[in-house]
Amino acid sequence: MLEIRWHSRAGQGAVTGAKGLADVISTTGKDVQAFAFYGSAKRGAAMTAYNRVDDEPIMNHEKYMEPDFVFVIDPALVYTTDVTINAKENTVFIITTHMNTEELIASQPKLEGKTVYTLDCIKIAQETIGRAIPNTPMLGAFMKISEMYDIEFFKENMKRVLGKLPQKIIDANMLAIQRAYDEVK
Amino acid sequence: MAFDKMELRDIEVWDGNFAAAQALRQAQVDVVAAYPITPSTPIVEGYAKFLADGYVEGEFVMVESEHAAMSGCIGAAAAGGRVATATSSQGFALMVETLYQASGMRLPIVLNVVNRALAAPLNVNGDHSDMYLGRDSGWIQFDSYSPQEAYDLNFIAFKVSEDHDVRLPAMVHQDGFMTSHTAQGVKTMDDDTAYNFIGDYKPMNDMLDFDHPVTYGVQTEEDWHFEHKARQHNDLMTKVFPKIQTAFDDFEKLTGRKYNIVESYDMDDADVTVLCMGTSVETAREVAKEMRAKGIKAGVVGIRVFRPFPFEQIKEALKGVKAIAVLDRSAPGGTPGAMFNEIAGALYNTDDRALLSGYIYGLGGRDLTKAHLVDLYTELQANVDAGKVTTPLQQFIGVRGPKLAFL
Repeated sequence: MLEIRWHSRAGQGAVTGAKGLADVISTTGKDVQAFAFYGSAKRGAAMTAYNRVDDEPIMNHEKYMEPDFVFVIDPALVYTTDVTINAKENTVFIITTHMNTEELIASQPKLEGKTVYTLDCIKIAQETIGRAIPNTPMLGAFMKISEMYDIEFFKENMKRVLGKLPQKIIDANMLAIQRAYDEVK
Repeated sequence: MAFDKMELRDIEVWDGNFAAAQALRQAQVDVVAAYPITPSTPIVEGYAKFLADGYVEGEFVMVESEHAAMSGCIGAAAAGGRVATATSSQGFALMVETLYQASGMRLPIVLNVVNRALAAPLNVNGDHSDMYLGRDSGWIQFDSYSPQEAYDLNFIAFKVSEDHDVRLPAMVHQDGFMTSHTAQGVKTMDDDTAYNFIGDYKPMNDMLDFDHPVTYGVQTEEDWHFEHKARQHNDLMTKVFPKIQTAFDDFEKLTGRKYNIVESYDMDDADVTVLCMGTSVETAREVAKEMRAKGIKAGVVGIRVFRPFPFEQIKEALKGVKAIAVLDRSAPGGTPGAMFNEIAGALYNTDDRALLSGYIYGLGGRDLTKAHLVDLYTELQANVDAGKVTTPLQQFIGVRGPKLAFL
């Protein structure tokens, strides 16, 4: 079982990102689950989304999770929420920030001793898609770190997932995914 | 007016709401009268979009409340069409008066209920308060545990509800957010296969048949009211289960997916069992397997058809079990849980009356964790070892503050 927790603000696309990832993984024959904590949260409120992936049918519907990966797609959430909660020894953190990994860890001591990778999903999204929607760049970074799929295979599948959007937006997302794949450290 | 077919992949990643919306499209529902409420809104929104995009031939009626939504459905069903809608929580509560009208007039309507807590305090998350509120309304109530089942049970519901020997409305329940907003793989049927499973709507006593005028919604006082209600109850008790079983059998032949009126998992040799509904059934199945690895013979019983209540099937499913935990996901309001009472009633006259204890859990969407269920099975095994219920009969799982227990 592979488990992922997303930290996001409502409106940044974590739910869409989690569902998109589940959709791509599902095409390879694995069982998937994507869900989020809602409530009456409004745009901009901190929220979390989740993925489960397994070779066996996924029966577990508990919301509690000790994630293998933590994605943080808004830079301020590292300070305003505990992104390390329920983490395991070997949980991998991929965090969007304008800082490098050392600077980030120095600014948030809770990340010390953890496996942390960083990139600036917000900047990448702004420069490619034209809006600060950091969800697809995070998936590009995840492909690099996890080595789950070949990046070209992943992009082809994401084109299908994003199929209803205008071609220009789809192309921009592909650029964003590739840049994140190349830039995550 | 023609409509387009939609190409679906064999497995689509859908949440429970979209799965239900797709089922309404494939059933080619004639009329949806709806009023939006979280978390069920995407079901009727989905139908409306399919309609606007030319994928379904029907009519979407926007109304001013859930009371009006069900009233619109009643009118359309009496006129002689295939009718469905969706609601949750406060919307369901506002619909209650018309639910009794629908079942009393013997109108086949499919209502998707995305289960959510009832205020106050206001809460949009999933529990079974609204499902319980409908339990005496004379409707058939199906319960799904996953998006796949929310999809499948809609087809079963149309087939049973519209059967001329049944002619009773049916609800398809799914857990708010835990199913409705959780995307999982859903095995699909193509449009023709799905539609043909239900078939064309066959009108009966339809008001638009002007050659055979009929009246709906008559008044009967003490002279006839009792006979109408008794006959309705008789049909619920005697005619519905055989039709559901036939529909389940036909569906299994078509798709390979098997449903039972009461679902039993790891029950052949179980000593301890958890009985519940909704997504909790699946989480409990996973924990039961883990308990077996630890040497506790654990099983799970899930209620698939909540109304009519499967009295005999439950007795059969629980035969030989030594300790049972009945889980109620609804505020009991000054009594043991409703399901606890129903199970106690079903088991009272059996020879091997198992040790029975009740648990209130998950109100307002509170998480039921695997750790909770491990503790629960452990407690049941302790009851078996002691030969008696070692705890109060009613306990609470996952509530903060001083431990609450009664009876």
